Amino acid sequence: MSAFIVRRLLLIIPTFIGVSLLAFTLIHLIPGDPIDLIAGERSVSDERRAALEIQFGLDKSLPEQYLVYMTNVLRGDLGQSIVTRTGVLGEFFARFPATIELSILAMLFAIVVGLPLGILAGVRRGSTVDHVTMGVALTGYSMPIFWWALLLIFLSSVTLGWTPVSGRISLLYFFDQVTGFMLIDALLSGQRGAFASALHHLVLPAIVLGTIPLAVIARMTRSAMIEVLSDDYIRTARAKGVSPFGVVGIHALRNALIPVVTVIGLQVGILLAGAILTETIFAWPGIGKWMVDSITRRDYPVIQGGILLIASTVILVNLTVDVLYGVINPRIRHAD
Amino acid sequence: MRNRITGIATGVALSAVAGFAVLANPASPAHAKTLVYCSEANPEGFNPALFTAGTTFDASSRQIYNRLVEFERGETTLIPALAESWETSEDGLTYTFKLRPGVKFHSTDNFTPTRDFNADDVIFTFDRQRLEDHPFFNVSGGSYEYFNGMGMGSLISSIEKVDDMTVRFQLSKPEAPFIANLAMDFASVLSAEYGDTMLAAGTPEKVDLDPVGTGPFQLVAFQRDAVIRYKANDDYFLGRAPIDDLVFAITPDPSVRFAKLQAGECQVMPFPNPADLDAMRADPNINLMEKEGLNVGYLAFNTQREPYTDTRVRQALTMAINKEAILDAVFQGAGVSAKNPIPPTIWSYNDAITDYDYDPDAAKALLAEAGFPDGFKTNVWAMPVQRPYNPNARRMAEIIQADWAEIGVEAEIVSFEWGEYLKRSKDGEHDTVLLGWTGDNGDPDNFLAVLLGCDAVGGSNRAQWCHQPFEDLIQAAKVTSDPSERTRLYEDAQVVFKQEAPWATIAHSRVFEPIRKEVKNYKIDPFGGHIFYGVDLEG
Repeated sequence: MSAFIVRRLLLIIPTFIGVSLLAFTLIHLIPGDPIDLIAGERSVSDERRAALEIQFGLDKSLPEQYLVYMTNVLRGDLGQSIVTRTGVLGEFFARFPATIELSILAMLFAIVVGLPLGILAGVRRGSTVDHVTMGVALTGYSMPIFWWALLLIFLSSVTLGWTPVSGRISLLYFFDQVTGFMLIDALLSGQRGAFASALHHLVLPAIVLGTIPLAVIARMTRSAMIEVLSDDYIRTARAKGVSPFGVVGIHALRNALIPVVTVIGLQVGILLAGAILTETIFAWPGIGKWMVDSITRRDYPVIQGGILLIASTVILVNLTVDVLYGVINPRIRHAD
Repeated sequence: MRNRITGIATGVALSAVAGFAVLANPASPAHAKTLVYCSEANPEGFNPALFTAGTTFDASSRQIYNRLVEFERGETTLIPALAESWETSEDGLTYTFKLRPGVKFHSTDNFTPTRDFNADDVIFTFDRQRLEDHPFFNVSGGSYEYFNGMGMGSLISSIEKVDDMTVRFQLSKPEAPFIANLAMDFASVLSAEYGDTMLAAGTPEKVDLDPVGTGPFQLVAFQRDAVIRYKANDDYFLGRAPIDDLVFAITPDPSVRFAKLQAGECQVMPFPNPADLDAMRADPNINLMEKEGLNVGYLAFNTQREPYTDTRVRQALTMAINKEAILDAVFQGAGVSAKNPIPPTIWSYNDAITDYDYDPDAAKALLAEAGFPDGFKTNVWAMPVQRPYNPNARRMAEIIQADWAEIGVEAEIVSFEWGEYLKRSKDGEHDTVLLGWTGDNGDPDNFLAVLLGCDAVGGSNRAQWCHQPFEDLIQAAKVTSDPSERTRLYEDAQVVFKQEAPWATIAHSRVFEPIRKEVKNYKIDPFGGHIFYGVDLEG
């Protein structure tokens, strides 16, 4: 097992180089540069442009820029944002907890709703429940996040007044961010109602962000259940008189979970991609919105650093999922 | 038994949905008079001298700082602010400012001022931006785009402290718009004492991160992408603001801003979605304010390229454009037809000028006279982005294309990514290009010289137009300090402009700002800013 983990960790190095190279090349392929965008209609003089290029390190050739950049990255320096002049690493970690908090809640929502729905549809295959569940799942999967979010805001926040429109906590609460996780900070602040307000603000964004993973998990669970339920050992278990609850809940579910866990792991990437839209709509101060802003402003250090850090997160999560296989199913052991 | 499993699974799923959906509204703590503004983006920082975005100015200069002179709220008129009065020398080279006594800087966790505002602060503010050996010149990246963009670096030759409350600017050449430039955001006055304190502590960048100003509001906290909090400055020299707290709830999506406004989560929002305007008008809780924008949207002919070197061709193509159709289709009522390169809200606007009538027949005849009876091939560049002066450049280009086809001119629509578009049009790669401008300081020079002057060719002069009679007029106006003489010169310049037609002037757009009915005394800023001093909340 440990050799497996070491091997997987080593694989991160070429992946990392690949991602950084790709990010670097693609960004520079987009036409336009930050200096033009800062100047706008005003335009800068040639001398001023030259001075700014030197300041931002854009005067060197692309391979040189890449080498300088990677050398700095290895030293733990991801550079400074061209727009705000603050460190990329600091900006990332100022926003990352918000994205993590939202993603965890969204995933929780997706699993807690998606898994039972999938089991239900799998067990009652072909029934009305199955058709309705899968129909809803397909709709959820195909729904544009942007539209879904605005629809929910209109219904729940504007018309019914149930949920706040956007933000992380009511503006009436004000306390220092200790961990960056609003739920935890709200508890630490000791202000009455702060935690409830933070949770309240998480409802809509978590539902929106969790919708696609929910649909995927429900569909995956259903098909895995169907497959497992037709296996011989299930028939044996039934023949032995194991209760249907025991058959489904203990024997079938555990095996059916393996592909589902894989899918849940893969959803992390989808969550981070979905976070870009969800965060923009709900004014959620996470990394998704930060990345979108930096792309429109051609803030190269932020885009590059952000992509590297997000890629690292996805790689680590996938590694964790691989390790988890063995825990869920003893039949899968990673040979040393 | 299958029913039991079904029951359990359904139960878990339903309770999870319910748990997410039905969370009681949390109790609200008591609060002071708080105005919430749904701002559109993060500020880049809190020192307006370092940045160029209006969002940044809203969050910094317009609430936290003051300038020597300022614009009257909601107007383009200059009024004294940190300077009580000023005098200009006969030759227009020396400006002497008498400073306002008793103005206090904010006290923060980092810094408690020991003295009132004085001449040292003015000198610190400008020397930081113009002197490369100033200890603060390179702090926070040290690029002062607006200061340099307005040519202040070469214009100011020295700043001198006459006494504590008098400061004298020496200019290298007469420049009448100088006073108006001083009212711009980059000229916001910072505390020299704060600078010294932070420099001594080894943290000079704090001057830009934790702002200390003299303005009506003081920064309390900024959470990136989420919220900016301010509190009223009790010692503000014009009197404390009627509201206690000012909060910017950063909300990038215009539809979501509108939803928040409807739900009462904020009271003022900028930049509404044009599609939402009717719903805003219909909402009984919302007051949709509107004002003429300080802008112009134009089509610039590349006057250094054939056939646009010929004035008749430019005039003909201008006559062939149906502006009314553009106002209907593109601006949808949120714009007025432009006949001059400056908007009507700017002084010296020449209303006596008559615009070219929409007349395809006359246009065709004029083209024939210029040697193009069968028209020619050309291109129209359309911006890829929505700007205040042009909500839909693509649609505008299509209308122009159709209009020109009527007189035999075949136009291809060209577009690039925004940064690329700006760069290529600056280099003059276009035949004709759609662009526009929003004024910085309400001075006609800020339109006429910046956009049409000879120095701006290869820069912001997209028509690449250098016409000596016009240039002489605007240069003369620059060095004249007599307002009536300047007005006359600019009026004449507009006559020359209209005759020569380097642009087809299209429209001045209107600016909309929905506010909730309980907001009192809010005024739309003609410069596109959002200013909350003087605003009150009812009930």
